Amino acid sequence: MVNAYIGKQKDKTFQEMTMINKLNKTLDFYHKALNVSAARHELLSSNIANADTPNFKARDVDFMKTLQNAMTFNPGNMTTTSSMHMNGDRGFRSIASSELLYRIPQQPSIDGNTVDMDTERMQFINNSIKYDAGLTFINNQFRFVLSAIREGSA
Amino acid sequence: MSLFNVFNIAGSAMAAQSQRLNVVASNLANADSVASSNGQPYRARQVVFSTLSTATKEAKGVKVAGVIEDKSPMRVVHDPKHPMADAKGYVTLPNVNVVDEMVNMMSASRAYQNSVNLMNTTKALLQKTLTIGQ
Repeated sequence: MVNAYIGKQKDKTFQEMTMINKLNKTLDFYHKALNVSAARHELLSSNIANADTPNFKARDVDFMKTLQNAMTFNPGNMTTTSSMHMNGDRGFRSIASSELLYRIPQQPSIDGNTVDMDTERMQFINNSIKYDAGLTFINNQFRFVLSAIREGSA
Repeated sequence: MSLFNVFNIAGSAMAAQSQRLNVVASNLANADSVASSNGQPYRARQVVFSTLSTATKEAKGVKVAGVIEDKSPMRVVHDPKHPMADAKGYVTLPNVNVVDEMVNMMSASRAYQNSVNLMNTTKALLQKTLTIGQ
């Protein structure tokens, strides 16, 4: 009985530590966004590398949908008996084959290759900048917390 | 970490494109070789690219599946003074199309540059990733 009571008290204090919870949540989001972005970066690199490979079909993912899937991804319910337990979330898994789409070629070529270099380069740069932005956001989150810890000085 | 795999992908593409460039150089150098190592006139060669599986299933690299000999007809020129001319005075010259080869060369060098760019961008992103929280 006493132990259960202490447990409840602990839970309560943990719930009140909303600052850390918020930080965790925000970091979790950017962590997954960066992972999806990195996976997409790899896909786009593969497309650009195979620009001259006969019958190669360019692939891509819908960034928003993949990120939404990653946010709701649950690798199996882990039973927790306290809110202080971790929820068993292992972060981002690799892109599922159901999320992989084929690029529709604007100018189909006779060798069956569907890589359109303009599109791929554009998407690649776009994705790189998004990844960069994600890094900046994460760094800012840390800076905010550091600023709070130092009471605004420095 | 999927970003590291980009180095494998871009690296394989660079290797494949440089081999293509090598074949172009061979073709251009031998554009007028009436006798190659087998005694026959030189035949133009072309590389065939195919995808290369990497650590990630969906992202493919590039490999040279093989080097094939160009089957197009040889260039035949009437030159009775040529030492390799046949009884009718015709000389069989390589089927190297110099214009095709120049286009091939430009395409290979641009593709190579693209791969270098991929690597540099990825390197910059990775280096920035390492400075998270600093």
